[in-house]
Amino acid sequence: MLRTEEMLLNVGPQHPSTHGVFRLILKIDGETIKEAKPVIGYLHRGTEKLAEDLQYTQIIPYTDRMDYVSAMTNNYVICHAVETMMGIEVPERAEYLRVMAMELGRVSSHLLWWGTFVLDLGATSPLLYAFREREMILNLLNELSGARLTFNYMRVGGVKWDAPEGWVDKVRDFIPHMREQVKGYHDLVTGNEIFLNRVKGIGKYSKEDALNYSLSGPNLRCTGMKWDLRKNEPYSIYDRFDFDVPTREEGDVLSRYHVRFAEIEESLKILEQCVEQFPEEGPVIAKVPKIIKAPKGEAFVRIESPRGEIGCYIASDGKKEPYRLKFRRPSFYNLQILPKLLEGESISNLIAILGAVDIILGEVDG
Amino acid sequence: MVQDLLHSQPGILNFGIFFILALVLLLVILGFVTYAILAERKVMGFMQLRYGPNQVGGPWGLLQTVADVLKLLLKEDTIPKLADRPLFILAPVIAFAPSFVVIATIPFTDKLQFADIGVGLLYYIAISGLTTIGVVMAGWSSNNKYALLGGMRAAAQMISYEIPLVMSVLGVILLTGSMNLNEIVAAQENVWYILIQPIGFLVFFIASVAELNRIPFDLPEAENELIAGYFVEYSGFRWAFFMLAEYVYMFAMASLTTVLFLGGWLPIFSFLDFIPGAVWFALKFSLVVFMLLWFRSTFPRIKADQLMEFGWKVLLPVALANIFLTAIIKELLSLF
Repeated sequence: MLRTEEMLLNVGPQHPSTHGVFRLILKIDGETIKEAKPVIGYLHRGTEKLAEDLQYTQIIPYTDRMDYVSAMTNNYVICHAVETMMGIEVPERAEYLRVMAMELGRVSSHLLWWGTFVLDLGATSPLLYAFREREMILNLLNELSGARLTFNYMRVGGVKWDAPEGWVDKVRDFIPHMREQVKGYHDLVTGNEIFLNRVKGIGKYSKEDALNYSLSGPNLRCTGMKWDLRKNEPYSIYDRFDFDVPTREEGDVLSRYHVRFAEIEESLKILEQCVEQFPEEGPVIAKVPKIIKAPKGEAFVRIESPRGEIGCYIASDGKKEPYRLKFRRPSFYNLQILPKLLEGESISNLIAILGAVDIILGEVDG
Repeated sequence: MVQDLLHSQPGILNFGIFFILALVLLLVILGFVTYAILAERKVMGFMQLRYGPNQVGGPWGLLQTVADVLKLLLKEDTIPKLADRPLFILAPVIAFAPSFVVIATIPFTDKLQFADIGVGLLYYIAISGLTTIGVVMAGWSSNNKYALLGGMRAAAQMISYEIPLVMSVLGVILLTGSMNLNEIVAAQENVWYILIQPIGFLVFFIASVAELNRIPFDLPEAENELIAGYFVEYSGFRWAFFMLAEYVYMFAMASLTTVLFLGGWLPIFSFLDFIPGAVWFALKFSLVVFMLLWFRSTFPRIKADQLMEFGWKVLLPVALANIFLTAIIKELLSLF
């Protein structure tokens, strides 16, 4: 008697396409997924708990290791939260440096995403092209902060170091180069028929679903929701820049791809304006007390990271360590919709859908 | 000489000669595989802004593959505890042997050919289908879910692409009136079949890439989906056998493409015939191999269901249409 049987398949924690130590327990019938259950926590380091014994400045390096692909935004969110609590006015030059660092980080993060996403779909070369440009960004950030990945650059009240001489000009030269390369990327991948077949109409969800599942960032904007904290709740000096919030209507994998590419362009626009407006002189850090003590009370700030809304909640009892620290980590929230999306899909689609969510496991697990 | 031996009485001497000749061919092919792997890594490196191997054996990494093979020989040979042992051990052999056997019929020049069989083309296609059995066996016996999925994909893919492959060469057979590879080459004296069978060539080339399990059709071993597919549990030299089979097939398929569509050992223009046929063959052959490498570094992977759709709904009808078209044109031409 011929019969079929459902099979339990473990994808990860060691798997080339789970981008770290993410695990999925799949119930498959042939290659069709009946049920998907994500398992996370393999990279949990307890950042939030550790932070309760650390001074505010000491927490910053820990945030680097959460979303290690765009550490600058994480640096910013904790500093921003403390500054909000203490009411510190950040010097202009420092704000510009911060915005430039964050936008460069956004471009490099999207580049890394693009490379690895297309690699997941089987094309090997784009990854190396993406890394060529990412390398230039990392070099720029390296000159700024002295590190390539875990920058630890921002401080409460400003930034650690001023930009070295000629750095702003290097950023200025980088912008047209990057624009040129983005065109090349589109030529190489975006129009490819095989690529389009892999991503078009896959992993679709509606605006309501996206909101109900608390998605943010490109995962939300791909459904037509025009929501970007840089525009809707401007922080830092984002209200000074003229840029668009790219959206798409379809809500599928391809639309997420397009949104991210459009965001690279918008980030370059912001960078261009930053370079133009960059103040000649000025301090890069405000006058802050040696030992930072947030006043008694609580604060929650949220900003737009490349992956979505990253939030930081601080409850302080007036000591030099926070009483409780909580990060809203966008990757973690974006991952929630995965089981719903995967139901009924094939294993090939699983890779495309998971890749398009753009998870960073350091952030998911906290 | 080989022909005479084939028809002579069996004996120790004959056997010895055959054995030595086969050994020579094997060494030639191993040499090809060694440098095909190097070429692949170098070409891909060049296309991906990397150097590729450049340490072992001089600046071009000429001995890199040799070192890799040595390393594979020294590796521990693991067999999973719950694997189906006999099948697990047999699978690499079954996958590799046919790949080597098919090369016997390929005419490298008008004189250099092992077995000039009347139905050489049929022989090639029939034997090459056997490899899939080895692949499915490997997938099944490994007792690994990823391997099983890879093996199943391989079986489905072989069935869907073997048929368009055969159908696409029927046009060539119609034009030549023979399945003998020598005669097929000889019939391209005036014009290569790539020019009078462009549709057939396209279908053949696409189907052959799928047969070779190379990107964009490398689903059975899709690294990012199935980790390594059917040979995920293999290590050391058993694993090397699968890779060897893959590259030998690349050699065989590139040779077959050269013979069927690019005029084999014939020169481009007849006044260039002072250049020996072997050189022409090598040139055309390298071009085909380069195309395959180029594909690999450019294309993403196709999806399993789209692969089936493409094979059955696009390639097969096109190949069938090509047969009719060829038959009609041939008939019309013979009228005048």
